[in-house]
Amino acid sequence: MTTTSTTGQSSPAYRPSTAKRAQLWLASHFAMLSAILVLLYLFLPVAYTFAFSFNDHGKTNIVWQGFTWEHWQDPCGVPGVCSSLVTSLQVGAISTLVATVLGTMMALAMVRYRYRGKAASNVLIFVPMATPEIVMGAALLTIFVQGFSNVGISLGFTTIVFAHIMFCLSFVVVTVKARIQSLDPRIEEAAQDLYASPVQTFWKVTFPLILPGIAGAAMLAFSLSFDDFIITNFVSGNENTFPKFVYVASRRGIPAEANVIGFSMFVLAVLLVVGAQLVGSARASRTKE
Amino acid sequence: MAGFREARGDLRLESVTKSFGDFVAVDGIDLHVPRGSFFALLGPSGCGKTTTLRMVAGLEQPTAGRVMIGETDLTGSRPYERPVNTVFQSYALFPHLTIRDNVSFGPKRRKEKDAAARTDDALELVQMTQFAGRKPHQLSGGQQQRVALARALVNHPEVLLLDEPLGALDLKLRREMQVELKRIQTEVGLTFIHVTHDQEEAMTMADTVAVMNRGHIEQLGPPAELYDLPRTRFVANFLGQANTGVGAIEDTDGDHLVADVLGTKVRILKSRSQVHEGQVLFGVRPEKVTVSRKQPDGVGNDVKGVVRDVSFLGVATSYLVDMPSGTTWSCYEQNLDVEPLDLRPGDEVWLTWNPGHAFGVAVDEG
Amino acid sequence: MSALAPVSQVAGDPGIHPVASAPETQKRSWTAYLLLLPGVLWLGVFFLLPLVQLAAVSLQSRYPGFPGYYYRDVNFSNYAAALTDYAPHFARSFLYAGLATFLAFVIAYPLAYAMAFKAGKWRNLMMICVIAPFFTSFILRTFAWSQILADEGWVAGTLNFLNLLPGGAIINTPVAVVAGLTYNFLPFMVLPIYASLERADPRVIEAGGDLYANGFTTFRTVTLPMSMPGVLAGTLLTFIPAAGDFVNMELLGPQRGKMVGNVINDQFLAIPGGYPVAAALSFTLMAAILAMVFLYVRRFGTDELV
Repeated sequence: MTTTSTTGQSSPAYRPSTAKRAQLWLASHFAMLSAILVLLYLFLPVAYTFAFSFNDHGKTNIVWQGFTWEHWQDPCGVPGVCSSLVTSLQVGAISTLVATVLGTMMALAMVRYRYRGKAASNVLIFVPMATPEIVMGAALLTIFVQGFSNVGISLGFTTIVFAHIMFCLSFVVVTVKARIQSLDPRIEEAAQDLYASPVQTFWKVTFPLILPGIAGAAMLAFSLSFDDFIITNFVSGNENTFPKFVYVASRRGIPAEANVIGFSMFVLAVLLVVGAQLVGSARASRTKE
Repeated sequence: MAGFREARGDLRLESVTKSFGDFVAVDGIDLHVPRGSFFALLGPSGCGKTTTLRMVAGLEQPTAGRVMIGETDLTGSRPYERPVNTVFQSYALFPHLTIRDNVSFGPKRRKEKDAAARTDDALELVQMTQFAGRKPHQLSGGQQQRVALARALVNHPEVLLLDEPLGALDLKLRREMQVELKRIQTEVGLTFIHVTHDQEEAMTMADTVAVMNRGHIEQLGPPAELYDLPRTRFVANFLGQANTGVGAIEDTDGDHLVADVLGTKVRILKSRSQVHEGQVLFGVRPEKVTVSRKQPDGVGNDVKGVVRDVSFLGVATSYLVDMPSGTTWSCYEQNLDVEPLDLRPGDEVWLTWNPGHAFGVAVDEG
Repeated sequence: MSALAPVSQVAGDPGIHPVASAPETQKRSWTAYLLLLPGVLWLGVFFLLPLVQLAAVSLQSRYPGFPGYYYRDVNFSNYAAALTDYAPHFARSFLYAGLATFLAFVIAYPLAYAMAFKAGKWRNLMMICVIAPFFTSFILRTFAWSQILADEGWVAGTLNFLNLLPGGAIINTPVAVVAGLTYNFLPFMVLPIYASLERADPRVIEAGGDLYANGFTTFRTVTLPMSMPGVLAGTLLTFIPAAGDFVNMELLGPQRGKMVGNVINDQFLAIPGGYPVAAALSFTLMAAILAMVFLYVRRFGTDELV
């Protein structure tokens, strides 16, 4: 019985054939097996990026030519790659901060208040998400070139940030809104009933409870901003972000230093998120008893 | 606490009205709840009882009228300015705080010096001390309910509001908590206002019950009085069961009115009828009706009917009897006879009752 | 954080409050407008206004004799040009995006299902695995696909060995483009489906399993309808960026037979004076997508989109 008990499907009196058992095992693990395959598929190009960061390539980093540590020893060795990374991180940080604050405020208004024009505000949040990036990029380019240059803003860092805040905003609103909607309004009423002023109610109760949603939204915003190429390409002028650097370089062959940086960002992100998860679960288990 | 209003005394609502657009949820009610009493607001959902409670808490502002505690007018003040605390229907515990922090939330907001000691006392009162370090989701429904109670009681409010506090519990736990709540109320001696749609719960716990319907208070009084002598058709039907029939008052006979209910002459004490001429809704409670095979003599109120259904309940037997008027009466007999009646569906029976148990209310409501 | 201070007025509002018996405690006040104002302004200035400007540009006319120069006008000939000259590009964009969306759905669903019902304690880790590849630039990953699918690569090699590749190559074909689009937008399909499955009660699916012995029937009649809001959001979030994409075509696709995104990008950034036609193309693309979204949501949809 020990062999079949893992499937949890057979009774002690019944011992199915090996083929039948394999079939049962497959049936009960089908979803998980295919999920693992899909995850491998998602990671395949990441693995390639990692592998080719060790390629001792000549002019182009397309075919495997030999192993070297060289690119990991000096990731900034290629002109422009690290400055573009710094730009991307700065753009990501500023856009995330602004979009998260503005988006959270909008989400609070949209869930917790009734006001004239609610339908219009819903549409205003939805339409940017339903607009292809290339259209937003084109539209921003026309206005930055033909309108904003008159007020002293030319294409560059500022215009990238303006654009990134715009396209991150809708995603922040949707994410935070979902979190606020799942929050029982009676909990906030209870706080007021227990002598918390509106300010105290927000900071002691509402904010801690929607914080996971806000954090998730901020993470989403940062990843959208950090990885954006299409809109950035339209509004960046001579400024280089990391994706733009990679795209431009791809015509000649991406230097392995870019692979080093791309893969390091991936590892960093995973470590940060896993770390946050571990801290969270440690805190949760400490409150158990 | 800036803005906090100390107030002591009875709770009074003076012609309080609350409307939402065209919908009048509470229609000019007057209430006087003496300090230290256990008061129940009973009614079906949508009758305005929760809105009334929320106006006392300050979570809603009345459209008209005043909310007073003692001589202090609380109308217009915010929930956090009132010496009133609420136990919410779904408990509304703060999920991110421990049980201790939930309970000490109020005292800390009011910057009480002995917040910690009071929190301990409140946890002890509801027997939850051992769970102080847990989060709400680690507790059962009944335990969460106790915490919600402690969280409100710790503030020593002048009035404690309970919004269907036992609604989410199963029957057995609900019975236990009813006893527990009553014990705590006696112990702390605060004014409890308990909103419920469960008539049994209201009657077991409260000193005074107000039955609400459509934004009005239909009748107010001790539970036994409401049950024994309902003053409106709604109360007669909402509070327990009643065998009723509409009739015309034809005559008086000393202290009694005589009404013709679909061909049967029934007698009602004048003092137990809200109407003395014209149409009347006659009623008598099921346990006040005696079932017998033979026509009893002398009592004066008797009707012949046909048994439709017999349910043996152990402590009692319940009969459904088809009346000549076409209605069906319910009768509730304690199994006191040495020789059981042994009635079967189809048997003819006589139903009798003491006229002193009958009541009469106006027909045109409910 | 003072930006959040207006929230403090939430309860200070003496306005009308809704029926209390419903758990609806929305309030009506000016605070709502204060909270909305900065975001709405931002979207107004950096989304709506640019669209207006784009519309104006799409209606400009050419200065006779000055190639590359345009003047303000209301001239729909740019749209005529956009629709006649570039109809095949539109067709390809929608076809490739449609195929990629379908493939992404087929690939994403088992993953989302496993995360929601089978993963248990691994759920968060799997979630991280879905999001993490985002942090390797998508251009790097697309470039990696060009290496994986290259003629010398193991994919093309294996398929050629098995005689399964009629054209002899994957890279620089529409197949590679669809593969790239499918891969790049897959997380946008996984996450919404996962979110809606997670909200569903697994006991309902078990009950479905009791009622219909057949697993596929259970899926079709119980699981899929419950995840419909997620499927709807996922297909939109995959189809829309895929239809406007040009990077996959640029890095993985053939030299000829481009998508509409490539045309818009080239007209704006490579061809002098290409703005009006590119603007007309952009508007047509946006209008087509919004129309499709509208019909799609009407057909399958929910009232609340966001």
